[in-house]
Amino acid sequence: MNDAVDPTILERTAALQGMGDSRLRKEDARFIQGKGNYVDDIKMPGMLHMDIVRSPYAHARIKRIDKSEALKLPGVIAVLTAEDLKPLKLHWMPTLAGDVAAVLADEKVHFQMQEVAVVVAEDRYAAADGVEAVMVEYEELPVVIDPFEALKPDAPVLREDLAGKATGAHGPRDHHNHIFTWTAGDKHAADAAFDTAPVKVSEHIFYPRVHPCPLETCGCVASFDPIRGELTTYMTSQAPHVVRTVVSLLSGIPESKVRIVSPDIGGGFGNKVGVYPGYVCAIVASIVLGKPVKWVEDRIENISSTAFARDYHMDGELAATPDGKILGLRVNVLADHGAFDACADPTKFPAGLFHICSGSYDIPAAHCSVKGVYTNKAPGGVAYRCSFRVTEAVYLIERMVDVLAQKLGMDKAEIRAKNFIRKEQFPYTSAFGFEYDSGDYHMALQKVLDAVDYKALRAEQAAKRADPDCPTLMGIGLVTFTEVVGAGPSKMCDILGVGMFDSCEIRIHPTGSAIARMGTITQGQGHQTTYAQIIATELGIPSEVIQVEEGDTSTAPYGLGTYGSRSTPVAGAAIALASRKIHAKARKIAAHLLEVGEADLDWEIDRFKVKGDDGKYKTMKDIAWASYNNLPAGLEPGLEAVHYYDPPNFTYPFGIYLCVVDIDRATGETKIRRFYALDDCGTRINPMIIEGQIHGGLTEGFAVAMGQQMPFDAQGNLMGNTLMDYFLPTAVETPHWETDHTVTPSPHHPIGAKGVAESPHVGSIPTFTSAVVDAFAHVGVTDMTMPHTSYRVWQQLKKRGLAL
Amino acid sequence: MAKKIISVKVNGRLQEKAVEPRTLLVHFLREELCLTGAHIGCETSHCGACTVDIDGKSVKSCTHLAVQCDGSEVMTVEGLANGGVLHAVQEGFYKEHGLQCGFCTPGMLMRAYRFLQENPNPNEAEIRVGMSGNLCRCTGYQNIVKAVQYAAAKLQQTEKEAA
Repeated sequence: MNDAVDPTILERTAALQGMGDSRLRKEDARFIQGKGNYVDDIKMPGMLHMDIVRSPYAHARIKRIDKSEALKLPGVIAVLTAEDLKPLKLHWMPTLAGDVAAVLADEKVHFQMQEVAVVVAEDRYAAADGVEAVMVEYEELPVVIDPFEALKPDAPVLREDLAGKATGAHGPRDHHNHIFTWTAGDKHAADAAFDTAPVKVSEHIFYPRVHPCPLETCGCVASFDPIRGELTTYMTSQAPHVVRTVVSLLSGIPESKVRIVSPDIGGGFGNKVGVYPGYVCAIVASIVLGKPVKWVEDRIENISSTAFARDYHMDGELAATPDGKILGLRVNVLADHGAFDACADPTKFPAGLFHICSGSYDIPAAHCSVKGVYTNKAPGGVAYRCSFRVTEAVYLIERMVDVLAQKLGMDKAEIRAKNFIRKEQFPYTSAFGFEYDSGDYHMALQKVLDAVDYKALRAEQAAKRADPDCPTLMGIGLVTFTEVVGAGPSKMCDILGVGMFDSCEIRIHPTGSAIARMGTITQGQGHQTTYAQIIATELGIPSEVIQVEEGDTSTAPYGLGTYGSRSTPVAGAAIALASRKIHAKARKIAAHLLEVGEADLDWEIDRFKVKGDDGKYKTMKDIAWASYNNLPAGLEPGLEAVHYYDPPNFTYPFGIYLCVVDIDRATGETKIRRFYALDDCGTRINPMIIEGQIHGGLTEGFAVAMGQQMPFDAQGNLMGNTLMDYFLPTAVETPHWETDHTVTPSPHHPIGAKGVAESPHVGSIPTFTSAVVDAFAHVGVTDMTMPHTSYRVWQQLKKRGLAL
Repeated sequence: MAKKIISVKVNGRLQEKAVEPRTLLVHFLREELCLTGAHIGCETSHCGACTVDIDGKSVKSCTHLAVQCDGSEVMTVEGLANGGVLHAVQEGFYKEHGLQCGFCTPGMLMRAYRFLQENPNPNEAEIRVGMSGNLCRCTGYQNIVKAVQYAAAKLQQTEKEAA
């Protein structure tokens, strides 16, 4: 250590609260005093309230809708159905996946709780009364819930509107309920690997349908000003700029007269990416009635009708040598997309980035195929706290590596270390064509194994297995995952034709404070805190005086929004590069002020210094003032910059997670004894916020693995659509988390950051399954389907003769 | 629907309002009184985002009628800070990073406020049980536990100093 460091440098660095500082959050002051501004908090003069009539049936023809009784009720202003939207051509809307979705059911309903009509009234109680009074007559149709049944030749036709369409948005359709078949990798090479491999394993792995369930439901306040012809909509949206484009295209209102505002958002987790019928109807109602209209769904509506996640039926196969070197991977997926294909993926990728399914391993040959199918369930398929379908991919490969280890009698850690992409192989191009940016998987794995004393855990497990009277089964789960996030390079990734770049605009005020605006939108990630830290380090302006604003399309530069861990990888890069543009101009101004050449200046924390003369310098604050009154000839006044960042590649955060469970042989109850999570997200901007994100992601992963499910009966009734049935863990069930990290910066990212918020969700889910299955591995169990509730685990105990 | 006049003290201020008998307390607070701190996250009393304090008890205001509060004293998150000085629970959530999206926070704070009066010196397990009527989707609770511990220590210290 260098003891001679000038203390003023340390003090000046600390005063900035820049990158690496666990700075407390700037957004907290309003939230802890009840002064957040969420959609439902917004109140406008003359505002009306909208509520939705929904279908009790999963598949039925609408014979008649009678509005008359509803319209007689006090306070009810209007009732709209598909017939009312037809003249506006708004009864159907395009989805992000190239399909169409009904805004209000057009002649028939395709899933339970589908939107059939809307009631607009003077207050929310009157609107709810109106919903009760709308009479809808249905004729029930046969229901298809199982995606395998949906593809049988005689399966009912679900989408009559697509009759005769042999080609969908992603290629040929070979059945009336078939949406697309998408493949990646080299089938020939993969088949060849399997033809000659001495060891092969296969497993059918089901990833059940779950729902992101943010604590705030979806909603909006739409306000059309008929005099100005302007539409303002406050919306729970993770992607307000894209919504503005879609609203403009659908409504015909010029994009310059559409303003979408995402105010404070009460959690998103992928649920608030799409455009839902409620938004469209509230906007239409506001245009028709000339008054602001608020729509906020309740929890049952949120779970039943807004975007679900997963629902992948996966067949995985690995080919390997007898000593555990993987030679090939094949995956076939049947994907249940529900009634409309409304997956939120980059447009060219109907299965998202599922082809990251070769994981952290150097697999020479791989192929995957994903088939999308319509069923009578709600549409969706969003990335629930993950990059597009990456959770499914990571689950598949991590489960398969466990299956192979079991078949070969190898240790889970050993087989992983044997197949890891080695540090010196980066940048590494996978068999699916992804170029992994950086990583050191072996070092990270060893760090975790040492931290938990893995050998001692295995010895304890062996001793417990040897004791027939041991009241518990002990399981050890291990997952070594790699994500692909930060979508994405516009040569590959777009949403409805708009490249998936992101943006930042920074203005430095004369007195040295600043405002910065981005195309993303925080939903709890703490952008107002962390984004300022990037600028602080880049420009030497204290974080405290940097205002960060997002979410208002009239003020923020265009960006694709916040999901898929893209804020730091994409907008974070835009922030750094916009800062550097300002920095370059500031250098010119400093040189002018100090009467030296630009090359004679050194940058130090918050100032330019004349080389060799510590006493001659100009701080960024000095330069800010000068930029408004004392500029070198030819330089325009002001100090601001805009940068649109089109990433050259994705980023590849990774992690090593280990979990120890103890299963009660009498009850099937699974106790999480220990969960150790090591994450590598590259450069760390705010360690406090990173740790908080990891705690949250692990808890959501725990919820998915141990309790969340959306079971349907044969009639298509969703059997658990309230918080009484849908598992959101409380502080009591939630385990204690141990976190750790390594830092492998991304070489292609301006600040080396990779993104972190989703890793813990993606990585923890297979870790829990790995641990639960591991408890039964000695009796030959290779897979168990989530969620691992006590009852389901107890059934396994019974089946294997292990129950007490 | 015929309205009923209720008289209720909210954050120390007497409010006399005519409400429909079916009006939920959370709607009364949010829409009549413009106190939007209490949030609605479910309609089944599970999430606790709407938690307020009524006559010394934590109550989920989404399943409580406004008319039930006639003659009561209600306290919401807006009443926690005193003359611009944050309450210990608010300070704890801020200092220990006990919130992310902030939607559950007002309910969490109001529950923590009451819980620490019920049990001024709780251990971690007691905090987890005491706060289990409030759901958070963002934090994983670990920092919420720390925030409550911070507030407990601060409140005890303040009491000691006052004695």
